[in-house]
Amino acid sequence: MLQDVTALQLVLSGDPALFAIVRLSLYVSFSAVVLAALIGIPLGAWIALTKFPGRQGVIVMLNALMGLPPVVVGLAVYLTLSRSGPLGAFGLLFTPPAMIIAQTVLVTPIIAALTRQTIEDLWIEYRDELTAMNLGPLGRVAALIWDARFSLVTALLAGFGRAAAEVGAIIIVGGNIEGFTRTMTTAIALETSKGDLPLAVGLGLVLIAIVIAVNALAWTARRAGERLAG
Amino acid sequence: MRAPSEELPIVFDGVTVAAGPVTILDGISLTLLPGSPTVLIGPNGSGKSTLLRMAMGLLAPTRGRVTWGGRENVPPLKRAIVFQRPAMLRRSAAANIRFALRAASIARAEHARRTSELLELVGLAHLADRAARRLSGGEQQRLALARALARDPAVLFLDEPTASLDPVATKAVEDIIRAVSERNIKVVMATHDLGEARRLAGDIVMLHRGRIVETGASASFFDRPQTAEAKTFLAGELLV
Repeated sequence: MLQDVTALQLVLSGDPALFAIVRLSLYVSFSAVVLAALIGIPLGAWIALTKFPGRQGVIVMLNALMGLPPVVVGLAVYLTLSRSGPLGAFGLLFTPPAMIIAQTVLVTPIIAALTRQTIEDLWIEYRDELTAMNLGPLGRVAALIWDARFSLVTALLAGFGRAAAEVGAIIIVGGNIEGFTRTMTTAIALETSKGDLPLAVGLGLVLIAIVIAVNALAWTARRAGERLAG
Repeated sequence: MRAPSEELPIVFDGVTVAAGPVTILDGISLTLLPGSPTVLIGPNGSGKSTLLRMAMGLLAPTRGRVTWGGRENVPPLKRAIVFQRPAMLRRSAAANIRFALRAASIARAEHARRTSELLELVGLAHLADRAARRLSGGEQQRLALARALARDPAVLFLDEPTASLDPVATKAVEDIIRAVSERNIKVVMATHDLGEARRLAGDIVMLHRGRIVETGASASFFDRPQTAEAKTFLAGELLV
C-alpha cells in the first residue's frame, strides 16, 4: 500500500495511516513535556532556592540524569508496569499512557536541571530586591519562575526535543502496535528494518518539520515576550 | 505617607560586622533620627553599604545590636532600599511597581492609582508600558525609587543612587529625593560624591575603614571638619 509511493507523496497526500502516527506521537510527546514541566519546574526552583545537606550531590545527580539512557528508562518502566510489577494492576503496559510515563521520566530531569540553573542565576540577581521587599518563599518562587519564563521555554524545548526524538523507551513500553502505540520514531525504526524507506523517510521529514515548527513558534513567542517584558 | 515614628530612631549600639578575618564595621554607635536626610560619606570600602543594609535589616551584626523604634528584629515592612545597581524585574515599568505594591500587601483596588501616582512622581508616566530593563540607567534608578516608595516607607535607604549617572539624570534623582524627604520620609543615603552630600544632607556621617570618624550637621561638617580624615577627604585628597 504505502511502499510504492515516494516519501513526499505520502506526506502531501495526507495519508491517514501516516497522520494517525503523527497525531499519537504529538499526543505522547506533548503530554510528557507538560507532565515533566509540572514536576520539573517546581522541583528545579526548589533545589535552586533551598539549602539542604547533600544539595551539591543532588545537583550533580540531576545533571547526570539528563543523559539517562532511554532503553534503561524503558526497561525500568516496563518492569514497573508489567503484570508482576508494582503498578501492574493498572494494565498500562503497551498503551499510550505507558509511553507518556516513560517519556516523562526521561524529560523531567532535563527540565528540572535547566530550571535549577536558570532560577539560581536569576536569584543571584534578584536576591537583594526580593529580600528587601520581605517577600515570602512562595512569592519568591512565583516571581522567579514568572521572570524566568522566557528562559524556561528553552528548557521545555529541550524536553520536547528529547521526547520527540526518543525511540528506545517507548518501543519497550509501547510495543510499537500498529494503530495503537506506533509513533513516528518507532515506525521509522520498524519501516527501515523492513526496507520500506519511503514511509520511513516521510515520517522523518514530518518529524523534522514538527521539531522545527515548534522551535520556531517558541522562538517567535520568546522574542515577542522579551520585547514587551525585557 | 506614613509617619516615621514607628521605625525611628534607628540605633546602632556597638555594632561590629566581620566576614571571616575581615572587619567591615567596627564598633559603630549611631542614632538615626527623624528629619532631614542623613548622608553617609567615605571612600569606597569604608562600610557605607554594609551600614545601610544593617539599617534596612538585611544583615545581622556580628556583635552589638540594632533597634528600630526601640525594638529589635523588626521586619522591614516600613523600610525600603534602593541599591546601587537595582535589579529590574523582567516586566514593564508599571508592572515593576505593581509587583512592589503586591509584595507590600497594598489592596489591589489601590494598585492602578498608586502606580500612576508613583510613575508621575518619578517622571516615568510616559514610559509605563516600556520594559523596565530597556530603560536608561537614570530611568531605571528613578523606577527603583518609585518601586521602593510603593512600600509606603517611613525610612528610605539609598545606596549611591546617582553613581554612574550623568548630571541631568543625577538632578532628576536628587529632585525626587528632596520631594521624598518633604513627605516626611526619613532618607538615609550613602554617597562618595561630596557635592551631592552637600546638596542633600541635613546630617553627615563620615566612615573610614569601618569606623565612624565624624558626624554632625551638614553645614558645620563642610565648614569646620574636626578630624584629620574629614579634612583630607574634603580637600579631595586620597584617603587610604
